[in-house]
Amino acid sequence: MADYRQMWSDLGMDMENHDNLCQVLPTAVGDVFLSQENRPKAMDFWDLVISEVHGIRPAELIEEQKKGRKVFGTFCVYVPDEVIIAANGIVTGLCGGSQFWVPDGEKVLPKSTCPLVKASVGARLGRTCPFFRIADMYVGETTCDGKKKAYEILGEDVPMYIMDVPQMKREKDILKWKDEIAEFAKKVEEFTGNTITPEKLGEAIHLINEKRKALQRVYDCRKSKTLPISGRDALLMTQISFFDDPARCAQMCNRLADELEQRIKDGVSVVSAGTKRIMVTGTPLAVPNWKLHNIIETSGAAVVCEEMCTGTRYFENLVDESQTTLDGQFMALSERYMKTNCACFTPNTGRIDDLLRLAKEYQVDGVIDCSLKFCCLYDTEKYSVSRALKEAGIPVLSLETDYEDADAGQLRTRIGAFIEMLS
Amino acid sequence: MSISYYAGIDIGSTCSKTVVMDGSGKILHRLLRPTGWSSVDTADAVLKELDGFGIAQDERKVVSTGYGRASVSYADKQVTEITCHARGACHIYGTDNLTVIDIGGQDTKLIVVQNGQVTDFLMNDKCSAGTGRFLEVMANTLSVRLEELCELARMGGGVSISSMCTVFAESEVIGLIGKGEKRENIAYAVVNSIVQKVASQAGRLKLDQTVCLTGGLCEFEYLRKRLGEVLRCEVIACPDGRYAGAAGAALSALRLGES
Repeated sequence: MADYRQMWSDLGMDMENHDNLCQVLPTAVGDVFLSQENRPKAMDFWDLVISEVHGIRPAELIEEQKKGRKVFGTFCVYVPDEVIIAANGIVTGLCGGSQFWVPDGEKVLPKSTCPLVKASVGARLGRTCPFFRIADMYVGETTCDGKKKAYEILGEDVPMYIMDVPQMKREKDILKWKDEIAEFAKKVEEFTGNTITPEKLGEAIHLINEKRKALQRVYDCRKSKTLPISGRDALLMTQISFFDDPARCAQMCNRLADELEQRIKDGVSVVSAGTKRIMVTGTPLAVPNWKLHNIIETSGAAVVCEEMCTGTRYFENLVDESQTTLDGQFMALSERYMKTNCACFTPNTGRIDDLLRLAKEYQVDGVIDCSLKFCCLYDTEKYSVSRALKEAGIPVLSLETDYEDADAGQLRTRIGAFIEMLS
Repeated sequence: MSISYYAGIDIGSTCSKTVVMDGSGKILHRLLRPTGWSSVDTADAVLKELDGFGIAQDERKVVSTGYGRASVSYADKQVTEITCHARGACHIYGTDNLTVIDIGGQDTKLIVVQNGQVTDFLMNDKCSAGTGRFLEVMANTLSVRLEELCELARMGGGVSISSMCTVFAESEVIGLIGKGEKRENIAYAVVNSIVQKVASQAGRLKLDQTVCLTGGLCEFEYLRKRLGEVLRCEVIACPDGRYAGAAGAALSALRLGES
């Protein structure tokens, strides 16, 4: 492993505490990923990235910053990467997925805040994540109350811009989101000193569409009864795609998809025939949150799809590339992003439609609907999700958990019983 | 030698139950022992008891279940307690369609079984509210045995405790004792609290078929009666209900032997 200590020190990180985090990660990666048999060879890229997750990509970002480029940190799949890229900016995801950061978050946030929000704030204020140190500007959004208030606290420590996501999906809301995107574009131009032209925005739209298509190609392979990749590996790919350079991300996903398509032709599956196929849905699984997938896949089932922000919500639907004016492009962006079905919208029946469609496409035997503790939106939506799936004859298990491992035994019993129920 | 014994071992958080069946599903032996601090030691003790019955390794199939199921190193398979309670209850109560309520030491399970298959289930979060542990702690505070607590409750009324958390409920009970509240009224409040908690969980499931009680509390007649009143349906129970999980595990062993 390369030595990144100087870089971390230059970033003003809490070196001592960060060492504690660095010590536990290799064991987790070994247990969850490397212990699997018959993995696709192309996973070597993600194995490398995750083994040096606080080194390789942060070092690249710093090199780009030296050339004058700005790094924008985001927390939500509603923030349009295209606009930032059109101004020669770089996007990195910032969501915290480890219990490690929660205590630092709890120093300023109520305990009854979702662990993702607490971990994100803790990662910044505790100075134990390089991505949170590197980002020149954070771009927040109004998708949940916990985040909205947390952004006010983060904004005292780092430049913060908030996009106002509509709460409904009427025509006027789509127009409103278009205006929000246009206003954001102005802010990005101002912050980067670069002008966004229709040509540049068109190129950025194409670039991100290509990334979406590549991610979709890998997911398409998971629809096959010959399952060529585990849910854990696919999840890792999706999680890393929030941090990576979009062109390289597309290239690596396409390389993986090539191998998976060949595996399907050759009948190479990572599980034995008859293994129960699970779709997981609910709140996002930020790096390094692999708890749910790991329990499911070590209890005898396979995860074949994630209807989550770290899943299909991230890459389904493309932006119309035929627009040639900024106005037309902003509208095309708004239309695409407003197709994403998040529980912050009311009503959110589109998510039910997605779940029923995906259950068919991915040939799932059962759905596990899991939300992070204190996520009122997804927790409440479990009622209608569970009712719709049951009516369609699809068994569903509703769970709630956080980042701690304390409930692993109970989760294992419930998930085990659910898998036995499917057999 | 051919397989002629099918053992199910249910290592619960409080008690460990073992059931041995013959090839026809008839229960030959029942064993009950406290789990104690080590489920591995408990599993070893059960093994010695099996040996004591003259059941040799090559003539038995063993399935383990319960919270300590992974500690039974000699088990041929582990099956979750949800599946086992469902199978066991169907066997004991002689029906393929029922709803099982298992009030265990550290969790409460509600399981809907249709045509012998689990179709839905609920488990409370790892918390002692609405569990056997709650009753146990309260019985201790009132210096009575569990059975006595339930019988005392029958004669009481008029008092309620509002805390769901066992620790806070205990101080509430101590407060009631301090105020000179009658023991039977406090006992009533304790039993009522657990019944209400279970009923609020059950509200999420359809209760349109026979409801049966399994687990260590199924012999407590008054608890069963109150549960029926609050759920507005008949709740059935029998002494073997305590062994439902172990019986279900033994039936799973029987399936293992057949396949």
